[in-house]
Amino acid sequence: MARRSADAGMDKAPKVKRQRKKKTKENKTRTVHANILYDYAKGEENPNRHYANNKIKTTKYTVLSFLPKNLFEQFHRFANVYFVFIALLNFVPVVNAFQPELALAPVVFILSVTAIKDLWEDYRRHRSDKEINHMDCLVYSRAERRYVEKYWKEVRVGDFIRLRCNEILPADVLLLSSSDPDRLCHIETATLDGETNLKQRQVVRSFFDLDCDFDPLKYNSVIECEKPNNDLNRFRGYIIHRRGRRDALYKENLLLRGCTIRNTEEAVGIVIYAGHETKAMLNNNGPRYKRSKLERQMNVDVFWCVIILLVMCLFAAVGHGLWMFQYGDKRPVFDVLSPEGTNLSPIMSAIYLFLTLIIVFQVLIPISLFVSIEIVKICQVYFIHQDMDLYDEETDSHLQCRALNITEDLGQMQYIFSDKTGTLTENKMVFRRCTVAGVEYSHDANARRLAMYQEMDSEEEECTSHGGTLPRRDSVTSHQSARVVLRSQSTKSHRRTGSRAEAKRASILSKHTAFSSPMEKDITPDPQLLDKVNECSSQMDFMRFHSQPMSQLPSDLSDTIDFFIALTICNTVVVSSPNQPRHKVRMRFELKSPVKTIEDFIKRFTPSRLTSGSNSSSSSSLITNRSSNKGCSSILSSPSAESTLTKLHEEQASGNPEHAFSPVPPSYDGKPCWNLEDGELRYEAESPDEAALVYAARAYKCSLVGRLPDQVTVELPHLGKLSFELLHTLGFDSTRKRMSVVVKHPLTDQITVYTKGADSVIMDLIKPPDTGTSKGKRLKKIVCRTQNYLNLYAADGLRTLCIAKKILSKEEYACWLQRHLEAETAIQGREELLFESALRLETNLHLLGATGIEDRLQDGVPETIASLRKAGLQIWVLTGDKQETAVNIAYACKLLDPEEEILTLNADSQEACALLLEESLHYIQAKFLCSSADQAAKAFHANFAPFEIYSSSSLSSPPSSSHAAPFSVHRLGLVIDGRTLAYALDKSLEDKFLAVARSCRSVLCCRSTPLQKSMVVKLVRNKLKVMTLAIGDGANDVSMIQVADVGVGISGQEGMQAVMASDFALPRFRYLQKLLLVHGHWCYSRLANMILYFFYKNAMFVALIFWYQFYCGFSGSAMIDQWYLIFFNLMFSAFSQLITGTLDKDVSAETLQQLPQLYVNGQNSEEYKPYMFWMNMIDAFYQSLVCFFIPYFAYADSDVDLFTWGTPITTLTLFTILLHLGIETKTWTWMNWLSVSFSIALFFTVALCYNSSCPTCYSPSNPYWTMQRLLQEPLFYLLCVITPVAALLPRYFYRACQGTLCPSPVQIGRQLDKLPADIRTNILSLSRVKVGSPLSPKPPFLTANKPSTKGCDKKDQRSIAGFKASQAKQGPVVQRDEAKGQKKPARLTDTEKQPSDIYTLVPSEIDTLPYTKDAPPPSGEPQLPSAKDSEYLNKTLEPSDLSLSSWITSTPALTQTDSVQLNLPPDGGVRYMRNSEETLKSEHTVDPAHRTERETQEALHTTL
Amino acid sequence: MATSYNAKDEDGHITVSGPSGGTLRSKKPENTAFKQQRLPAWQPILTAGTVLPAFFIIGLIFIPIGIGLYVTSNNIKEFEIDYTGVDMSSPCFNCSQSFSWNSTRPCTCTIPFYLDQPYESNVFMYYGLSNFYQNHRRYVKSRDDNQLNGDPESLKGPSKECEPYAKHDNKPIAPCGAIANSMFNDTLELFYNDPNGTKIQIPLNKTGIAWWTDKHVKFRNPEGNNHNLTAVFQGTTKPVNWRRPVYELDDDPENNGFINEDFIVWMRTAALPTFRKLYRIIPRKSSMVPTLPSGNYTLEVVYNYPVRSFEGRKRMILSTISWMGGKNPFLGIAYMTVGSVCFFLGVVLLIIHHKYGNRNNSADISN
Repeated sequence: MARRSADAGMDKAPKVKRQRKKKTKENKTRTVHANILYDYAKGEENPNRHYANNKIKTTKYTVLSFLPKNLFEQFHRFANVYFVFIALLNFVPVVNAFQPELALAPVVFILSVTAIKDLWEDYRRHRSDKEINHMDCLVYSRAERRYVEKYWKEVRVGDFIRLRCNEILPADVLLLSSSDPDRLCHIETATLDGETNLKQRQVVRSFFDLDCDFDPLKYNSVIECEKPNNDLNRFRGYIIHRRGRRDALYKENLLLRGCTIRNTEEAVGIVIYAGHETKAMLNNNGPRYKRSKLERQMNVDVFWCVIILLVMCLFAAVGHGLWMFQYGDKRPVFDVLSPEGTNLSPIMSAIYLFLTLIIVFQVLIPISLFVSIEIVKICQVYFIHQDMDLYDEETDSHLQCRALNITEDLGQMQYIFSDKTGTLTENKMVFRRCTVAGVEYSHDANARRLAMYQEMDSEEEECTSHGGTLPRRDSVTSHQSARVVLRSQSTKSHRRTGSRAEAKRASILSKHTAFSSPMEKDITPDPQLLDKVNECSSQMDFMRFHSQPMSQLPSDLSDTIDFFIALTICNTVVVSSPNQPRHKVRMRFELKSPVKTIEDFIKRFTPSRLTSGSNSSSSSSLITNRSSNKGCSSILSSPSAESTLTKLHEEQASGNPEHAFSPVPPSYDGKPCWNLEDGELRYEAESPDEAALVYAARAYKCSLVGRLPDQVTVELPHLGKLSFELLHTLGFDSTRKRMSVVVKHPLTDQITVYTKGADSVIMDLIKPPDTGTSKGKRLKKIVCRTQNYLNLYAADGLRTLCIAKKILSKEEYACWLQRHLEAETAIQGREELLFESALRLETNLHLLGATGIEDRLQDGVPETIASLRKAGLQIWVLTGDKQETAVNIAYACKLLDPEEEILTLNADSQEACALLLEESLHYIQAKFLCSSADQAAKAFHANFAPFEIYSSSSLSSPPSSSHAAPFSVHRLGLVIDGRTLAYALDKSLEDKFLAVARSCRSVLCCRSTPLQKSMVVKLVRNKLKVMTLAIGDGANDVSMIQVADVGVGISGQEGMQAVMASDFALPRFRYLQKLLLVHGHWCYSRLANMILYFFYKNAMFVALIFWYQFYCGFSGSAMIDQWYLIFFNLMFSAFSQLITGTLDKDVSAETLQQLPQLYVNGQNSEEYKPYMFWMNMIDAFYQSLVCFFIPYFAYADSDVDLFTWGTPITTLTLFTILLHLGIETKTWTWMNWLSVSFSIALFFTVALCYNSSCPTCYSPSNPYWTMQRLLQEPLFYLLCVITPVAALLPRYFYRACQGTLCPSPVQIGRQLDKLPADIRTNILSLSRVKVGSPLSPKPPFLTANKPSTKGCDKKDQRSIAGFKASQAKQGPVVQRDEAKGQKKPARLTDTEKQPSDIYTLVPSEIDTLPYTKDAPPPSGEPQLPSAKDSEYLNKTLEPSDLSLSSWITSTPALTQTDSVQLNLPPDGGVRYMRNSEETLKSEHTVDPAHRTERETQEALHTTL
Repeated sequence: MATSYNAKDEDGHITVSGPSGGTLRSKKPENTAFKQQRLPAWQPILTAGTVLPAFFIIGLIFIPIGIGLYVTSNNIKEFEIDYTGVDMSSPCFNCSQSFSWNSTRPCTCTIPFYLDQPYESNVFMYYGLSNFYQNHRRYVKSRDDNQLNGDPESLKGPSKECEPYAKHDNKPIAPCGAIANSMFNDTLELFYNDPNGTKIQIPLNKTGIAWWTDKHVKFRNPEGNNHNLTAVFQGTTKPVNWRRPVYELDDDPENNGFINEDFIVWMRTAALPTFRKLYRIIPRKSSMVPTLPSGNYTLEVVYNYPVRSFEGRKRMILSTISWMGGKNPFLGIAYMTVGSVCFFLGVVLLIIHHKYGNRNNSADISN
């Protein structure tokens, strides 16, 4: 009932809204009243009536408006207007060529096809709208005095809505009440921005303190807020209460439509924005329309077609004038007077004829081209969408094509700009290793575990079912490993059985809690460290039991336990229980807030502990400051102490004191104790690093079990649950690069500050140890060692964090608190004051340790990058990360090659940057100019190695391939940081920057802002005139994605913003390979061929009529029946070309992926070059000449009539055109056969029906019985045989010759396709060295000319770093850097010298040289004679030998771990050695194709 | 297909299938050959090796066909005589000089000719016109098919397509339009000059020269069976250039009016400016005697049709026909040429294949 009435009201609303729109325009704000006040009033009186209701309508049309609106939209396309113009021209009697109605047919057809498509799309939108509009929600009804169910569409602004957990918000709602005691409401905004972590929203402050439930009837306030806008992060307004009090509203009070309520049982709010005015809807802009490169090129040729058309018409018109003129006054009988009987002058009739011919020749501008391209693209998108290889089972997502019309651009990319975090890496932070108190714990087992994940992925890909056998692992020694195997086994079986439901479930679970995949959660502890933790805690337990002061604990032990406490509590992680994923675990002992006032402080820290907690609130950020004016409850006790006491007793009762000291703690047997107590807790973290650290701590039994605004509960081994009073949280900010928590330690009662932050800042804040004492020396050593390990971690691509603590005396704390509170209460410049206050606190820290977190590379990233690079794509990585991390990740994903020289540009002024660029340019020129020809040749051979097998000795090596590098790309890497980039992007320097960057093989921009990212893309795109692709996953990539020609979003963990802005959305980076190399290539070659074919077809058809003009006095007569003429394109020849355009595969997907070089085809627009258009035109003219003159001579001087002659021409033209398509079709599926036969059958059927249907209609051709008669004549068949053969002879011959003499890479790829699978694999494998582990199905590519190899056996990836160093040392770069450093003015030196940091990352003086950030890099080192290098290298490696074994497995992202990778400083002649080795390898593998492989290999030798 | 995601993305409510949303449907694409683009396919690769059999086969097929066609065409006997009368020496010179459409006095000329070969079987007699653009756009259109089909409405009111030859003196023109107006109206008669001096007129069939469908379906006299054509065509007028009205074209009622075969043949507009149209058929008398024995003949022309104004030519053609139509050696030559070219290219490809194809060892490997 209520529904119905509401419906009725709804219908009115939009109209009213429209009328009022103008009136309300002046208002800058919106005023929202509660609807229930007006429930009984008429609609007119409701002040909210002019706001949009919650019914959404994304459809474009209504039943009535469809036709005019759609037509109007279609006429925006110029081509449509043109064709309509021509069709209308036909209605002018003087110039008409066809029956006017008939001429309209194609236009109408095209328009209606498009209209039907639009209609269908609109209908889908309508259906989805309807579904959404009819979702239920609870709206308060005054009549029934309760919340009643209503449809979403009935919700209006001003309604009170009750929301329950896991419900989706129907509109933008102002939160008025929440069941949460903190008056919070948690929402998940995944649908809005894709972020799966929880966000907190607060109840409006005035409703904060309601003890009882919110009663809508009592609500009597008015809300004033801003007009609807699309800024998700902005909401301003205020609420006016009855008494005139105003309270400000912030974005924290607003729940946005589309979000999901989590962790909150119930919330009530008032609707502020509804329907289309919600922020979610305002943020929705439909799909984007871009014009692809191919289409731009096509438009140029369409333009040429227009020119050709005009030339032809002009020629014919002049011819007609002359023809008329030659008869003079004597008008021949066949030159009919105009209908009025007047005699037209030759000039006038020439002008009329010109117009007539435009109509006749209109077919030259392919009317169906546009619509065909659209159809083909939709089909292509459909197929891309259906590709199983682009489907990610884990997330149940597949590729989304959001831009429908740039599929072919995917095949033409030249530059890829990639984000790093989340795009190349998984954005899954995994705790890898740590150092505590100067001791490194390498976490070997953990590394192995991670390696296992890697393996599992690859195994899964292999799809060989091993049944239940254990993965072969020789080194299963420790318990941990066994457990790991077990675990991975179970995970594997889960993956193996691979049932969708299970994968789905897993994905749902992981969706519920971000950053909690098993890989991130299950950390295998390092046995040593675990021992230590156990020992330490048991000692503490013991001491507590014996009431000994904790300070007597040995410092390394206390550091260890503090380290883990810091990991556990120094964060903002929220704990939730597993059964109800999003319901907060409440372990509320008391309600106490962080210290807010001095009195509070005094109260709390006076021995009496008679405190009263103030209001309940959570303050997690530095800035939040709340006026606490009302206390809700107070508890007069110290529950934390209580709790510890109870714990203590428990421990005593259950635990065995000796047990705690046993060397092998009981918890070792794989039954984690936390499992016993409270099942598995879930951690909701804001950033993945935090979660990783908390999970890591949990692995050491230090688990976070509860977090409240005022206290953190931690469970420690032996000690049980401890509650830390949370005094302050100084949140993370990017300037400080650290966060701190101030807690009161329950055991020591000390006020402790735990700080966690970037190593660069923390190290500076460490209290300088007093070197006099032994303790000070030890501290210094710890700092020094930690720094060394940090460098190692960074070199390994780990994210490093330092953990430090500081103990405050009460006086110090009081002193600080005083000023902090001042800062908090300051009115002006509060943020700065708070910042300073934080700085004051975070000084003189005591270093506890450091962690290395790995941001794992996504699966297949190095392979993808290698193969994309082989495909001739330049890959630039633009990241916001710091230089070291970025460089290391770049090495890990093979973006930078260890053998590459790296130019690092760090400058801190414009001039310095200019100078640097200048020098880099000079350097590149000097280094590569002399050898560039040689290099280029080498590169060429390398890139086309597989082709050389065939065409090496050919006289003309494919000239096309030299296009691959329009400028020479050297084996150089460029690393540039954000600041330098800002200078380099300046107008004056951008050309130089580009010159440097384009000659580098890879470019890495670190610390770049989103704006810089987009500027770089724009610069490259505009200046180099290349096709750019930007790929990213986060909001910071959006601008880049939008600027690039093709934007690709990764629908990963970071959010949907990138996806929303993108043209294509991929679940993973590695899918880019298939998307570009296979689908891009296909789409491009299909469309390019189809467009060329279209031009050919139309030109050929029109030219026939043109030739005829010479034989009909240029009168515009056509021998082809007008019906055929008009429907030829639309029907008879359309289907087969659509099928070919959709399905044709020039090379199979496998070959395309294995030979990425084939991608160059699209990059260089090999399929559709401007000259090809003209070649096609020439061929078309030739073919039309043949098709015209063979029938001409065959029927010359015979009694054939116009259309009996024209019909065979039409027929054989159709045959020629179809056969031409046949020559161009590379794969013939049954669909192709069917479409060709269908086209022919259709033509004959239509012709026969048409020719027998009406003896008097179809003037002027009146083709009655023509076809029937023709079919009885042998001449007709003879013509239909010879003409297509003669017409296609040259093309066929040319294709055959080209296929033999100078086959294009694509043709060779096709030849490879034809080979049996095993032989093909052999040939392809020749082009690369097998470096992958035997389990990895796709060993990564290595470029064949990699001058690596021969080598120190068993030198694994680790050696790369060393090798890099050695190479850098002998390489001129560093010398140059050195020289430069000397040359440069002093102010530059600091940043100048950073580049060499990279090379000196290998810590040669690990134990001796203290490394501090500001210390200049050891400068003597690089000048060591290179002869000694290898020796030196070996020596330098020794210190890290202890971790060498771990290194082997510690880089799971690199698949080479299992096999031997051979490295040697580059020198001449090694290549043959590699080859010989390869031969050896191939001899090992006994296979039938062995012999051929050898042969081909020899060929390879000769070519090289 | 492709738009399904648009619709969903556009309103940002993908969550409908969330935890509360009921059953989960996997988006996993189906693994079918079609959807994964793995349809079995024939992949021809155009190289010298793979293509050259085609060339040889085409060559080997085309050359014999060409020879056959050429021989067939050569066996056709054809005799052509130009009677336009351009030259002073021509018997029709006078007629051609003095003639215009409007003159009423018939001009006759006699042209003797000699057939050196006897013509067996049916002999077809054509008149040929050159430089006559019957395919002119406005000319082709200038007819009313409905009128010709005997539609009484159109008879009285010809369509506007016939303009300006639709009405004359406010009377509808009976076969309206320019085509009909310019109908060929020479009369050709053939006499055999017997060696003994007598002049025997050769019987000429005026029926059977038009398409059967034209005569019986497309063209019909108004009021079908009414043989009194004069009455039928009452109220219409003859085309301006015509001497006689349409109902006086022939004595035979089955060949008069619109269904007069000469008229029908004329109305089938020629494709090219030089054309011939079937005029009469000389039927074979018996298998023993040639239809036209070799010897002297005389062509008597009633010269009515002016072509001099547009440099046209008029010819009389006598021809036998074969299964492939009239005499035209072109197709045979074309077949032979194309066949030879194919064969030659095949040889070239063979050489290429031999010289360069081996290097292309994909074939070898596959062997």
